[in-house]
Amino acid sequence: MKTVIVALSMGIATAVHAQSMDPRFIDQKHAAEITGEQTFTHVCQGCHMADAKGAVGAGHYPALASNPKLATKAYPVVMVMNGRGGMPPFSMLLTDAQVADVVNYIRTHFGNHYADTVTAADVEPFRSTTPNRPRGHRP
Amino acid sequence: MMYQAMTSLGIAAASPYRPPTSLQGTGQGTVLVLGAGLAGMTAAYELGKAGYKVRVLEYNDRPGGRTWTLRPGDAFTELGGQRQVCRFDPGMYFNPGPWRIPYHHHGVLDYCRRFGVALEPFIQVNQNAYIYGKDAFGGKPQRMREVQADFHGGIADLLAKVAGQGGLDQLVSREDREILLESLRQFGGLDAQYRYVKGPDSSGHRGYAKDPGGGPDAAPAFSQPVGLSDVLNARLWTGLGMAEFYDYQPAMLQPVGGMDAIAKAFAREIGEGVIHYGAKVTAIAQDDRGVTVSYEDTASPGAVRREKADWCVCTIPLSVLSQIPIQVSAAKQAAIAAVPYMSSSKVGIQFKRRFWEEDDAIYGGVTMTDLPIGMMAYPSHGIGTKKGVMLASYAFFLEAYEFTAMNPDERIRKTIEYGAKVHPQFPDAFESGMAIAWHRVPFAMGCFGWWTDAAREKHYADLCSMDGRIVLAGEHASYLPAWQEGAVLSSLAAIDMVHRRAIEGARS
Repeated sequence: MKTVIVALSMGIATAVHAQSMDPRFIDQKHAAEITGEQTFTHVCQGCHMADAKGAVGAGHYPALASNPKLATKAYPVVMVMNGRGGMPPFSMLLTDAQVADVVNYIRTHFGNHYADTVTAADVEPFRSTTPNRPRGHRP
Repeated sequence: MMYQAMTSLGIAAASPYRPPTSLQGTGQGTVLVLGAGLAGMTAAYELGKAGYKVRVLEYNDRPGGRTWTLRPGDAFTELGGQRQVCRFDPGMYFNPGPWRIPYHHHGVLDYCRRFGVALEPFIQVNQNAYIYGKDAFGGKPQRMREVQADFHGGIADLLAKVAGQGGLDQLVSREDREILLESLRQFGGLDAQYRYVKGPDSSGHRGYAKDPGGGPDAAPAFSQPVGLSDVLNARLWTGLGMAEFYDYQPAMLQPVGGMDAIAKAFAREIGEGVIHYGAKVTAIAQDDRGVTVSYEDTASPGAVRREKADWCVCTIPLSVLSQIPIQVSAAKQAAIAAVPYMSSSKVGIQFKRRFWEEDDAIYGGVTMTDLPIGMMAYPSHGIGTKKGVMLASYAFFLEAYEFTAMNPDERIRKTIEYGAKVHPQFPDAFESGMAIAWHRVPFAMGCFGWWTDAAREKHYADLCSMDGRIVLAGEHASYLPAWQEGAVLSSLAAIDMVHRRAIEGARS
């Protein structure tokens, strides 16, 4: 299994003392412990919004709230892993278990009440072997 | 003419930029351009000059797209409804999008020259700026100068020792080894014995404990280098490499007074009445006679309007275009849907005094951190004046997602909190800020097209090809992701295709 959160910014190896925890940011040292809810509030809600109702501009971000497309559990798994259209892929940021956790979180909140849960084993087949990390563009 | 001048200066050989002189006055027919960013306005300007009747549909109420400058009084409402009003002082500004131009972006620079957009130096590299590692040197920011000197000095010292012990004898000739040693002295600030130690040579690179002065007590005190093991383990060298990249090598440039000077110059040259603002494109259709684009007025949504033309240059970002019905081949539709958009977040803060200059002697340049705020950049303009707007946070990828997930006030609060680790003056000197997270920007819905090598292999040709009467342009249709130059070059390639097709049509 791949490691959690890839250290893309300056990674510091010599962790001598514990950083004071800031719940607004995922500390890479504690990345393995993040929950589905935390992934939602740190990443997903950037576009899908805190109420999961999406937004409309020149295009739109779809609502996850009460979204019938979530009935098929593979659908959100594929979207989170591979992205589509403007949505970025998250397979290089999240472990299989973290993808399962966030999908389970979304499918049981915001007016969604799906009883079947997703496991890491369900996610694994969708993991592409192609590396898909961003290059160092910061224009 | 321009090309000849450029060739004689020896710059054109490296650039794919060719001013589109071949179009002059030969165009007939109508072209609808979608989007008034740099790609769209390049197309509108050149095709208009060539004789085509051009109309541009733009979602925003201003030209430029991501070429955008925020000034006092500007209001911005992001996706989700959070509204920010810029409270900077008169004359202050912040470029939330493109903010620097490499010297080899000949297309952008040539339009600046032709349109009279004044440029000034953009300071990318400042050896007196900081590198901050939260677990390095007790969280005390280190001067880039010292980190680089100790990194280079340590490597040079090591290599000189290996060479001196005969470790390179199998790899270089005796003569080359002598030259190598000589060059290592220069490269690393080594002393006469090829050692990187405290003294005039190392201090000549990393700076002094006490600078040389004048008068009786003028002798410098040399500074103590950090040993190679500590340099390597602190990992601050990860913050050094940026200016080694072609894209960020000095000299870089910026328009005087804000990046939107380029957008305004294009709009002025295109002329009145060509760009229709506040138009949200909802469908793009074509047949063998022409193109029909449906759009809504953003001021009165619901009512569908239509615009027809012979040809269409579509520069809408793929993050948006992938949601709009467009009548093109399945391969092009697949290409449009294949490029996700990279995340980035910027926070510009006006401080009541330029403490980075007054207290830290940092005049422009970039500080690198491993904090969630990412990079900071000090303004290259207004040096020595009272106030300034600093790019206090430029986050990317994971940290940018996290900033995007906050509301603008929290982004600014967090920027002050983390910025204070590098500059404790942040909280006291703060006056106001603007926080732009690109996935929350209604007209872009992301920062730039995030191509992978695999996606390019599969889709890039389909994305860039002309499809009937429609061609795409924008940074997403270039090998210069996110850069304005990519928008300009892709647009010149696109209008060349339109023009060729139009001429063929007229002949047949």
